[in-house]
Parts: sequence; C-alpha cells; structure tokens
Amino acid sequence: MEIVKQIAQSLEAGDDALVPQLTREALAQGIAATAILDDGLIAGMNAVGEKFRVHDIFLPDVLLAARAMYAGMDVLKPLLLSAGIPSRGRVVIGSVHGDLHDIGKNLVGIMLKGAGFDVIDLGNDVTAARFVEAARSREALVIGMSALLTTTMPVMKEVVDLLHKEGLGGRIKTIIGGAPVSQDYAAEIGADAYGYDCAQAVERVKQLAASAS
Amino acid sequence: MALRPQLQLLGTDLLERIVGEARDILGHLGTKVQNPRVLKLLADYGARVDLAKSHAWFPGPVLDRALASVPRSFKLFNVMGEETHDFSGLKVHFTPGSAALHILDHKTQQIRKPDTADYVRYAQLLSGLGNIAAQSTAFIPADVTDRISDSYRLFLSLLYGEKPVVTGTFTIEAFQVMRDMQLAVRGSEKALRDKPLTIFSCCPTSPLKWSEITSQNVVDCAAAGIPVEFISMPLSGFMAPVTLVGSLVQHTAETLSGIVISQAARPGTPLLYGGSPAAFDLRYETTPMGAVETQMIDCAANEIGKHFGLPTQAYISLSDAKLLDAQAGLETAMGATLAVLSGINSISGPGMLDFESCQSLEKLVLDNEICGMTLRLAQGIEPREDFPARPIFEELLRDGHLLISPHTRRNVKAEHYFPGPVVDRANLSRWREEGSLTLGERAHREVQRLVGAWRPTRLAGESKKELCALMAKEARRWGMDMLPERAVEA
Repeated sequence: MEIVKQIAQSLEAGDDALVPQLTREALAQGIAATAILDDGLIAGMNAVGEKFRVHDIFLPDVLLAARAMYAGMDVLKPLLLSAGIPSRGRVVIGSVHGDLHDIGKNLVGIMLKGAGFDVIDLGNDVTAARFVEAARSREALVIGMSALLTTTMPVMKEVVDLLHKEGLGGRIKTIIGGAPVSQDYAAEIGADAYGYDCAQAVERVKQLAASAS
Repeated sequence: MALRPQLQLLGTDLLERIVGEARDILGHLGTKVQNPRVLKLLADYGARVDLAKSHAWFPGPVLDRALASVPRSFKLFNVMGEETHDFSGLKVHFTPGSAALHILDHKTQQIRKPDTADYVRYAQLLSGLGNIAAQSTAFIPADVTDRISDSYRLFLSLLYGEKPVVTGTFTIEAFQVMRDMQLAVRGSEKALRDKPLTIFSCCPTSPLKWSEITSQNVVDCAAAGIPVEFISMPLSGFMAPVTLVGSLVQHTAETLSGIVISQAARPGTPLLYGGSPAAFDLRYETTPMGAVETQMIDCAANEIGKHFGLPTQAYISLSDAKLLDAQAGLETAMGATLAVLSGINSISGPGMLDFESCQSLEKLVLDNEICGMTLRLAQGIEPREDFPARPIFEELLRDGHLLISPHTRRNVKAEHYFPGPVVDRANLSRWREEGSLTLGERAHREVQRLVGAWRPTRLAGESKKELCALMAKEARRWGMDMLPERAVEA
C-alpha cells in the first residue's frame, strides 16, 4: 500500500500530474479503487483540510490539492460507477436569488468536490424553486446556499420553507454561508447548518450527508 | 529595488547645530568621570582631565579621533556562530526590553517579582519568536542573590537560547564571569572577537556623568572586543532641557563622551550609538517610554548617529501600561513603526511594560507580530512580476480568480506577512466558535504552545557543562552554595 500513501502525499503537494499517474499504477498493482479513493485521495484531502484549519497551509494549497484530487477521481470514476459505488453524495450549491457574488460559493464547491462530493453548481441569482427542483430531480442530499447581501438573505428562508412545503424537509438538508449570515440566522430560518468558511462548510456538509444518507 | 520608506525629523542645519552645541558642551563643560583609571586613559588619549574633580573635557580633535576609529558597521552571531545581525545602513533588528524588575503574571494578572522558572520560560519562548532576532537579559530573577543577578541572566540565556544576547553588568566584578561564559560558548578570545555574541549596555548618568562601574564596563568590553551600546537617558524637563532639541544636545554629548572612552580603551571597538531618552511627565513624575516625544527624541538621535556614520540603537518599542491592554499595543506599535521607518539598527523594547520595569511573555508574543508587520513595512513596495500588467489581468478575467495562479503562489509569502493567531483575523463566527478569546488569552495560548515546542539548543554539551560550572563558582563566590533548581533540562 506504499503507493497509496504516495498518492496521498502527492495530493497534499498539489501535483495534479503525479496523482493520476500513481492512481493508474495502483490500479495496475491490483489495489481496489475504493481503497485508493479512501486511503489515498480522501485521506490526502483530509490531511490538507486539517493543515489548512491550523494555518499550516493556505487556500491556494488547498485548491491545488483539490485539483489533484479531481485528476485522480477522473481515473477512478468509471471504475467506481461500474462497481456501483456511490460518491459521497450529491450537493446542490448556488448564490441565492438577487445575489451575483459567487467567489465564496465557488470555493466551497471546489472544496466539496475535493472531499469526494458530486457537486451541482447552479451559479448565482438562483431562486428558491430552482434550488428545490434541482435537489429533488438530482437526488441531492444537501443544498448549499450563499449570500453576500443582507437584502438577499431572506431567499435562504424561502428555500427552507419550500422544502418543508413540498415534504422534503429533513430529507434534503440545508447549509448556509456568506458574510451577513451566522449560526444564529441558520437556526432562525430553520437551516440545518452554517459554515463560517469553506473548510468548515465542507465539514458540516459531511455531517449532513452522513445523517441524510 | 523598492524605495526604503524612511522617516526624517531633523533638517541638516538643525542636526549640525545640535552636534555643534554638544561638542561645545563637551569641550567647555565636559563630563564627570568617577573612575581614576578611565580618567588616566582619557588623559593619555588627549582629553583634558582633572583627577581631583573626577572630570574630563573633550576638545574637538579628541572627538574626531574617536569618531574616526569606530566601525561603521558590525555583525552579531548566535551561540552556534551563525550570523544573525548586520548592523549597517538601514537594517533593523528587534531585541526585548532589558533588565525589568518585574513580570506580569498572566494567571493572576498581577505584577510580581520573577524567578528562575520564569526566566527559563522566557528564554524558551524567545527561541520561537521569529521576528525578535536577539535575546536580552530581559528581567532579573529574584531567587538568586543580587550579586549574581546580572551574570545569572546571561547564564540562563546562553543555556536555553541560541540567539545572541543584549545584556550588561551591574557591577565591575561581574564582568569577568560574563566574559568567561562567552568564551565557554565561543572557545577562544579570538573567536569571540571575530564573532561577537553579546552587546553590553553601558549607561551614562544624566546629566553628563559616567559612574565608576559603567565607565569601567566600557573599558572592559573594549579590551575583550565585546560591542557596547550607549544608553544615554536625558529626561526632558527634569535631568535635561524640556525641549526636544535641548534633550538631543545632551544625548549627543553623553553618547559622544562614551564613544571617546570606548575608543580610547581600544580603537575599533564596535558600538551602537544608542539611548533611552524620555520625556518627563511633570504631572506623574514618570518617564513615559510610550510618549510620542520620547519616540521623537529616539528617532532624531538615530539620525544624529547616522550622521556620524554609526550603527544605532534605541529603547522605543515598549509601553508604560500595566497590563496587556490597548495602551500597551498602541504605544509599542507606534514606537516600533517609527523606529523601523527611522532605520534604528537595534530596536529595544518588545515585551516591556511599566516604564521599562515589567516584562510580559504574552506581550512578547504580541510584540513579535508588531515587529513582523513593521519589518514588512521596511521592505516597502516593490514591483515583482507586475509589469507588463496585462497578462495577469487576462488570467484573472479568464479564470475568475487568482487563487491558484502561479503568480500568487510565487509571490504571496514575500508580499504578505501572515501574523500568528494572537492577531485576530477570523470572521466573527469563527472567533466565537473558537471560544471568543481575548487578545491576552490568545497570546497566552501562544506562549504555552511555543514554550512546549522548545527543544534544547544545539550548543555542545561540554560548553553547557562549562557554563554551569562557571555559574556555580560565581554563585559560591557570593555565598550562594546552591542555585535554584531548574525543572527544564538544558
């Protein structure tokens, strides 16, 4: 399993050429795709996340690691699909209606993909109806909403209310983020979680997905 | 090359007039020198002396002769002999404030007398503070006899830290063992001369007086090739004219007289043109180191030192507050900023509170970040890969961000200083989730972390044994058979 460790290390180093190469070599050695995913790619991303949390590394390093993760996933994906192994879960994300700011949301999307989630990014200016429809039709476990403006925050409540109205409340979890929102606001509108930055958002989504699946 | 941002307070005419008046005072009023051996040395050097009155006068040619032989720059080296300081040009280095009587106890928030365990923690902490290049013998452990309180501090610093040490003696007798400790580290007199390990602070007494001890220290340091920093302390309105210019005249005269003593003892002795002048608060009868006037005198004195072509020092990045509060931050940061902009080569003060009499480990952690920020300021604004600008903007517009751009990764660490967790940059939610910690609590956590991360220094075991033997012998000499136990193995 030495090569799986090397995959994790190369991922931490953000080497998006070496990670897929090692992934192919590991498969050729007969190592299971799930083992490469869990002990190589996801283990590497977990280490990156922890280093980022304690400021040993910065955002660019995380994003580069995520890019290396995608490169490895591209190799594994067909095998995982053919073996019927699901991804960690599907997450629908977007900036809420009226809000054209999407940098924070994009970061969360990159990090979620890096953590092994299947991410459907609806972009910005997303209405409550679009969030709910996308989550239902694509069988998402979690809806992630971002807002930068106090004027657009109420759309988050609309999404939560609509989910409940359509009987999806509790089945599809919700997480919110962005400068004007807070844990208190999440509790106030009935959202399931709040992330104060992209690293925390990923941790919260992992918890939500685990409880939803 | 970036423009080195620089503060200037004195015009050429005013600076030269201050120097001229100081020379006039030294020639006509002279200084008290309460040391017959030093007076004889000065007489041989060309000064006019009156042994009976313990007084010396310094004609212009004597001053010029002394100034001509002072090295224009010098370097310091750590216990391993590695270069750590280059005192030249506008290069700046920070040093903790020195010789406090007290320490601020984080747990009780009380100012108390420190002991050996406190000093060891200080030395351990300082090893991990990257923006403070030197140790100082920062405070005086109260659990040893006063007769060894100077040498004991140096002993602990050399045993537990690798950085060079800014120190000094309180007596003439202590000099020998403090020199011998340095020889134990370096191995020989020549090695110590070639690679200085310490700077000794030598303080004239304002107004215009050299005591027997300090004048002898200057001579002893010169003989051993140990650099000195002159710490003239005019107090505006009390022991010096109330005007900043008058205080500068006095500072210049006192410092020049020290230079003559040093160069008369041994031409070429390295020194820092330094000081700890202060405004005098006529309401509280105190000497505020955080006063802007104090800092202005420091910066102007630095300009005068640089006018002579000499490396400089000042006590300037410290505070008079009694706690690690907003005053502590504002006074220290203001002083450090002005000092760096002035190009004071050795900036003393971090960690210090209460008019140079109280050290705080938590404040050292905060001040380390102030030092880091001001050192970044000194680097100025420099084009790196900025011209032509169009390619990076094309990349930005194409990718929507530059977070993983090679340009970002190549330049981020050089362009931006990232302070440690004592400086709060978390968003409100994260700050709350991490415990809503105050500055003092965050600083204390860092103290704990850095002390915990300390590892024994690389100094050879034989040298450490020799240091211990020297210290034990010195303690016995002054009636102390047992030194305090040290819980941390060196």
